[in-house]
Amino acid sequence: MGISPVLWQFLVKWLNASALFPSEASTIAPYMDALYFFLLSITGIGVLLVAVLLVVFSVRYRKAVHPVATQIEGSTLLEATWTIIPLGLFLICFVWGALLYFRIYNPPVNSMNIYIVGKQWMWKAEHPGGQHEINALHVPTGQPIQLTMISQDVFHSFSIPAFRIKREVIPGRYSTVWFQATTPGEYHIFCTQYCGTNHSAMIGTITVLSPADYKKWTEESTSGMSLAQNGERLFASMGCNACHSGNAAARGPSLAGVYGSKLLLNNGSQVLVNDAYLRDAILNPSQHVTSGYTPIMPTYQGQISEDGLIDLVEYLKNLSSNDRVQQTLTTSQSDQAAPSASGVVKP
Amino acid sequence: MSAASPTIVKLPDQSTATMPKKNFINAEHGLLSWLLTGDHKRIAILYLISITVFFFIGGAFAGLIRLELLTPQGDLVSSDTYNKLFTMHGVIMVFLFLVPSVPATIGNFLIPMMIGARDLAFPKINLLSWYLYIAAGTIMLTAMALGGVDTGWTFTTPLSTHYLNTHVLTTAVAVFIAGFSSIFTGLNFIVTIHRMRCPGMTWFRMPLFVWAHYAASILMVLGTPVLAITLVLVGMERVFGIGVFDPTKGGDPLLFQHLFWFYSHPAVYIMILPGMAVISEVVSTFSRKRVFGYTAVAFSSVAIALFGFFVWEHHMFIMGVSNYSALVFSLLTMLVAVPSAIKIFNWCFTLQQGSITFETPMLYAFGFMGLFTIGGLTGVFLGSLGMDIQLTETYFIVAHFHFVMVGGMLMAFLAGVHFWWPKMTGRMYPESLSKLAAVVTFIGFNLTFMPQFILGYLGMPRRYHAYPQEFQVLNVLSTAGATVLGVGYLLPVLYLAWSLKYGAIAGDNPWQATGLEWQTQSPPLTENFPEIPIMDHEAYDYEWLEHKTQHEVTHVG
Amino acid sequence: MDSAIANPHLDHDAAEHEHIVLPQHRHHFATEEQQREAGSFGMWLFLLTEIMFFGGLFFAYLLYRNWYYDAFVAASNQLSIPLGASNTAILITSGFFMALAVWAAEVRKKTLLVIFLIFTIVFGLAFLGIKYVEYHEKYEKHHIPGANFDVSEFINPSAYGLNEKPLPPDAAQKTQMFFFLYFAMTGMHALHMIIGIGLLFWLLARAQRGDFTNGYVAPIENFGLYWHFVDIVWLFLFPLLYLINRHPLAH
Repeated sequence: MGISPVLWQFLVKWLNASALFPSEASTIAPYMDALYFFLLSITGIGVLLVAVLLVVFSVRYRKAVHPVATQIEGSTLLEATWTIIPLGLFLICFVWGALLYFRIYNPPVNSMNIYIVGKQWMWKAEHPGGQHEINALHVPTGQPIQLTMISQDVFHSFSIPAFRIKREVIPGRYSTVWFQATTPGEYHIFCTQYCGTNHSAMIGTITVLSPADYKKWTEESTSGMSLAQNGERLFASMGCNACHSGNAAARGPSLAGVYGSKLLLNNGSQVLVNDAYLRDAILNPSQHVTSGYTPIMPTYQGQISEDGLIDLVEYLKNLSSNDRVQQTLTTSQSDQAAPSASGVVKP
Repeated sequence: MSAASPTIVKLPDQSTATMPKKNFINAEHGLLSWLLTGDHKRIAILYLISITVFFFIGGAFAGLIRLELLTPQGDLVSSDTYNKLFTMHGVIMVFLFLVPSVPATIGNFLIPMMIGARDLAFPKINLLSWYLYIAAGTIMLTAMALGGVDTGWTFTTPLSTHYLNTHVLTTAVAVFIAGFSSIFTGLNFIVTIHRMRCPGMTWFRMPLFVWAHYAASILMVLGTPVLAITLVLVGMERVFGIGVFDPTKGGDPLLFQHLFWFYSHPAVYIMILPGMAVISEVVSTFSRKRVFGYTAVAFSSVAIALFGFFVWEHHMFIMGVSNYSALVFSLLTMLVAVPSAIKIFNWCFTLQQGSITFETPMLYAFGFMGLFTIGGLTGVFLGSLGMDIQLTETYFIVAHFHFVMVGGMLMAFLAGVHFWWPKMTGRMYPESLSKLAAVVTFIGFNLTFMPQFILGYLGMPRRYHAYPQEFQVLNVLSTAGATVLGVGYLLPVLYLAWSLKYGAIAGDNPWQATGLEWQTQSPPLTENFPEIPIMDHEAYDYEWLEHKTQHEVTHVG
Repeated sequence: MDSAIANPHLDHDAAEHEHIVLPQHRHHFATEEQQREAGSFGMWLFLLTEIMFFGGLFFAYLLYRNWYYDAFVAASNQLSIPLGASNTAILITSGFFMALAVWAAEVRKKTLLVIFLIFTIVFGLAFLGIKYVEYHEKYEKHHIPGANFDVSEFINPSAYGLNEKPLPPDAAQKTQMFFFLYFAMTGMHALHMIIGIGLLFWLLARAQRGDFTNGYVAPIENFGLYWHFVDIVWLFLFPLLYLINRHPLAH
């Protein structure tokens, strides 16, 4: 950061100890704090400058010592100075802030993904291994972690002040944020977007563990089925395997390995198959028709919860071959289309 | 007043002074003459009384909020009640106090006088504005009496459309009507300023007060209709279940955010520009000096209005908008901050080489300059993309907007009320008591809102009814400050009311100021001027004033 | 802008000599000319606010047409072009009569003014009548958004005798968005027309009394501005709502 690490430690730890400053518990936190101190400095200097001008001029030109005012029209030089210098400082803030923003909202490629579903008034965290948490999140240090988040109802916002991250959690689309925790401990999770009666109760604790402890925790708290396994179960029970069987003459395209690929759609456009695409394709299939296929897939809007969608997305992310799909075809009875009556199918 | 006296107040000899025999207050008698008036000055007084009432209602809600936040648990009121308190505090303060405060009271009273006109262009529409305001306020009070609304003043969908069963529709109707009150005021101002300036009153001879109101009026006229249609859409979604903002029906909740903030960001400039208008006048008068860089200050008002339309997405930086759009809006936000900085420095340098006195309006103006600088610079924190991630939706935002709106705008409003009180009522207020109130307000304000910046960075979210224990000390400080602040706001109501009967007779021009409004009696005639004046000098021409005063002295009788 | 600053002494002298004080001259204005210009300016500003007001709806339309183009095409094809085009012609005619009314007021022909105002009203009412017919048809076909909305005509057009592309069910649901915008935009437009017709009746009564044929034309002129604005809004609504992807020689 350019300033002495000793001074930095002193400043941050002392302020933290006095409950005036949040702890720095992620890799991005020092960068955020550096920008914050820069902004504080220019604010301090700005306010000091204005205060000094006011006090000095008030004393020097008070009526008692300066009874007659000298009329001055202005000064283009001064105008230019106090236009350009503030503009320059603000543009520095802009560039610095933009770099930080892109850093926080663009996850590294090797991030571990955890799903967060927000609903009035709790947070549900779903680890790929199938661990489910409510108003809690366990993460290891030293590993970039991406949170893929969605709301089941209204706008929420997932905030971990100690990590300096926050993102709105929106109904209808995924939003993501990433972090890498540095210091084991417990930190606050807040919902920061007003969401109704118990908005202030929608809080939780994120527990940062060392990698070894985290591994122990995952083993102890698994529910037996990983998200992908649950997704596989849904894929069969909701009848997806009937059309997406992987057979050559199937009515729907094979989904093995489709995640992460560039798909050609029947309207000629190319899309990257990511989480959002998969979720959208399940809910609005007619707008996501693979080239060479007809738009016959029914929509599952209203028939599957966000948790179920996450299970399916996670399943498809890890689907590399259709062997097990073929197997489920013979063992399940779902040759029919998905039920048309509305009602959420609980996974 | 001798040269050595530390004040420029020049009152007529109180043993012989009387109120002018004929003025706009006693021109007609009876309640109906007030309720059916076309006189912009009477309408301004009607507004002044009404907004004061709503200010104290909104302030009472603030008091209850701060009282609840003394303790970390939600123990004073239930969660739902708390949510209603902050919602109604916000709606009342924004739409029923801040937006009309300076324009509808001081602007209404003074703009015609400052440009040498007899009234605004459309007096009946002016009165209609007030009735729309009263209707909006009444409907709002009805919503409160019937149980209140708890959407937050920002009406975020889908919470407000599908997940609440409080009086959302009633409140939306109230805000819709208040919006039209604002639109008609702005429309009146624009037409008046364009078409009714007296002979010789060129654009660049107008007081800067008028320039700032002109800029604010453009925002009122162009921005508010978008709020209106947004509220209509919210209402229709609630009543008919349409789905224009509902993702399960193909709608987009972010569409609401764009439409809402397209108005609500310019709204903050609608609120602050008239405050800046007052500061220009006050700083000039109490330095006996033309505002430094008149042209820069005039154009900066218009620049704020223009740029203000293009920054709304900075309220949505973390809502999943495209990173590249966020870049554009962050850059524009930095640009819109510059004209405000220009104004602050121009006002500071107005003091240089001036002859400064420290009457109450000047004290409030100093308070404005310091607090608005802090508030404005903390806005730069929020406009900086990465920084916004940590700070948005926390108490930092609450502190930021209270610094600019309360430390800035409300102080400017009080500066203006005190400055033009003698003109509007013909009476002076008691100076030492008013100075005390100004200082008390300043201290109380800082104590209330400074701790909230710290709370924000710590991560305390806004709109929280209960909070973690470690935030308590700062919250207690904040509530303590709020108590002091409340006293600071009550005092003016008391002594200003007292002054109506017992205050010193002010005379035409107690501050020896240069504006056209000060060259006629206090309170003014209904028609403002016996003859339409001819403007033959520049704005803030203290030499002209000096010459005129001497001329009067040597040519009496 | 400086033209607004009249020389008060000249006018004062002229008025003194001829002692013509125009009856409509409100005394907070220095001259009647200033009053007229202010009134006209005020009406233009008000129309600007109306543009911003409708703008929100146009923006929503822009977004959803972009997202759900196929559904918008299918839904738009349900609107009747003959009725819509007739309405466009009717409204333009109404506007034409309004312009004639302004002329009649300016040349001080009272009877003509009254006749032209009546025609303006009649054509305005005809417009609203056809709109009612269209709305009623939508009601019958269960195309009013909400609980009773029926998408079957879009999923299976051939069963209803329509030469249209069938839509998948999830896309068919999006036609509701089109119809919501259709009703919101034309409904808001119709509301402005109803208010306008109300004002027209009032102007008619005053015109009959002779209020506008002795030099005081401003209310007729300014209302004319409002009426033409309402007309122009329709000229945008018609192609945007009725003419999405229409091919006269297709199918």
